[in-house]
Amino acid sequence: MISDPDVVGLLYLVTIVCFVVALRFLSSPKHARKGNWVGGAGMLVAIATTLSLEGIGNWAWIVVGGLIGTVVGLVGARTVRMTAMPQMVAIFNGVGGGAAALVALAEWHNTVDPGGDERVSIVLSALIGSISFAGSAVAFAKLQELVSGRPIVFPGQNIFNALVLIGGVAFGIAAIAGAEEQWVLVALIACALVFGVLFVLPIGGADMPVVISMLNAFTGLAASATGFVLDSTVLIVSGMLVGAAGTLLTLLMAKAMNRSVANVLFGAFGQVQTGVGTARADDGRTVRATTAEDVAVQLSYARKVIVVPGYGMAVAQAQHDVRQLADVLEERGVEVLYAIHPVAGRMPGHMNVLLAEANVPYTQLREMDEINPEFAQTDVALVIGANDVTNPAARSDPASPIYGMPILDVDKAASIVVLKRSMNPGFAGIDNELYLDPKTTMLFGDAKESVLKLIAAVKAT
Amino acid sequence: MSVPLVIELTILVLAAFLGFEVISKVPTMLHTPLMSGANFIHGIVIVGAIIVLGGADDTFTKVIGFIAMVLATANVVGGWFVTDRMLGMFKRRPDPPKGSGK
Repeated sequence: MISDPDVVGLLYLVTIVCFVVALRFLSSPKHARKGNWVGGAGMLVAIATTLSLEGIGNWAWIVVGGLIGTVVGLVGARTVRMTAMPQMVAIFNGVGGGAAALVALAEWHNTVDPGGDERVSIVLSALIGSISFAGSAVAFAKLQELVSGRPIVFPGQNIFNALVLIGGVAFGIAAIAGAEEQWVLVALIACALVFGVLFVLPIGGADMPVVISMLNAFTGLAASATGFVLDSTVLIVSGMLVGAAGTLLTLLMAKAMNRSVANVLFGAFGQVQTGVGTARADDGRTVRATTAEDVAVQLSYARKVIVVPGYGMAVAQAQHDVRQLADVLEERGVEVLYAIHPVAGRMPGHMNVLLAEANVPYTQLREMDEINPEFAQTDVALVIGANDVTNPAARSDPASPIYGMPILDVDKAASIVVLKRSMNPGFAGIDNELYLDPKTTMLFGDAKESVLKLIAAVKAT
Repeated sequence: MSVPLVIELTILVLAAFLGFEVISKVPTMLHTPLMSGANFIHGIVIVGAIIVLGGADDTFTKVIGFIAMVLATANVVGGWFVTDRMLGMFKRRPDPPKGSGK
């Protein structure tokens, strides 16, 4: 048992340093994994220190709870497919937020006549933690396609949502102003849970990278608020580190879509623009379909091919086959690179993880700014399940909802091949001008099957 | 072990700056592991869960603390293993270098 508060504080400081080092090591894939081990060690120090604090009892409860959590976490982490990583991150955001809210509730229940700052931090921890919990649950359900990934909207939604949030805040103010009853905080949590559900429901799948990043920030902030409740610097600092990470990613993602965070959250993207692009398709240009054999010839005799992966590749689980295709092409002396748009997929860095899983060396994965000048010297741009991030309307058409969004300059390549299931517009519900480009040919079908056909055809060429 | 509020706020603000500084150096390529790593780090609420559950006297607190303990542990364990698994996948080109592209 450790009773000296200085020793406790120093041990928690070790944890903080470990966490910062872990994040620091993430600056390169070379030592990132080592960093995670350092972070893990820091967590063990924090847990061991807390368990040896004076006055900790209820060991059976702690051990059983810890065991259940460990089994759940291990099984989840071991079995999740890389394509399902956004859901997994959503769940972990949710459980963290839920835990923070519960700790706040327990403190509210137990503290006799809490001081003003304690009330404020309990309220914040409960409010943010609950919103994060419920919001993450909905994000999970959408990503797992338990509910439609399309925006779910109803009339007066923003006003209704605002009222629920105001309700939650009102209970919060009551709790801060001196209410003692338990139901006040329970009512606050209930409002926050409802608000969490409501605020994620109208957000479309393509905007998930922003939402997940933001929920990540929320959970971090909730943990930080819990730190104020418990007077624990390790919680304050660690929570804030996560809060900063989530905020930074949220802003980066919104910037990559050229939209404000507010527009993503309240715009119900994909709802308004059905029908906008249809008139444009009638100007005489048509979409040209092609066959795997033709594409195979194009690819085999190319000097340079850039693969542009998108969510479609993830859905079809085609990443391993894409790598094989690249291998076959490289054997023939074709240079193959991958162009990764920051918001391709459903979470920041989604495509990178999938391709890394398929053993694509990370040196072949290129960020947008780096790869865009190279399209002009590229023989074939192979677009696999990506749509909006390649749409030239973002550059040219001020009426387009994605106007101004930085895109991959796929249309600068000598020829473009698009692998696509059908002519349905992308997730944002916008027609893609690229498909009407005379340099573009379309290979229709499931991404995985199409890539397999391409591999066979290239081998036969 | 009460820390004055002003000190805590100072620490909070400095941590925010530190966080922005460190995380802005993470390359886009590693953004998913960054998120799951951040997930793991906010699992630090397990400290709060242990304090609440370990000091609980009545059934209500025990139940609430117990649920918090389960959630927080799942957060810590799952977050760490998923990050480790993911980072293990990021590899440079395997040793035999292919004949130069062009």
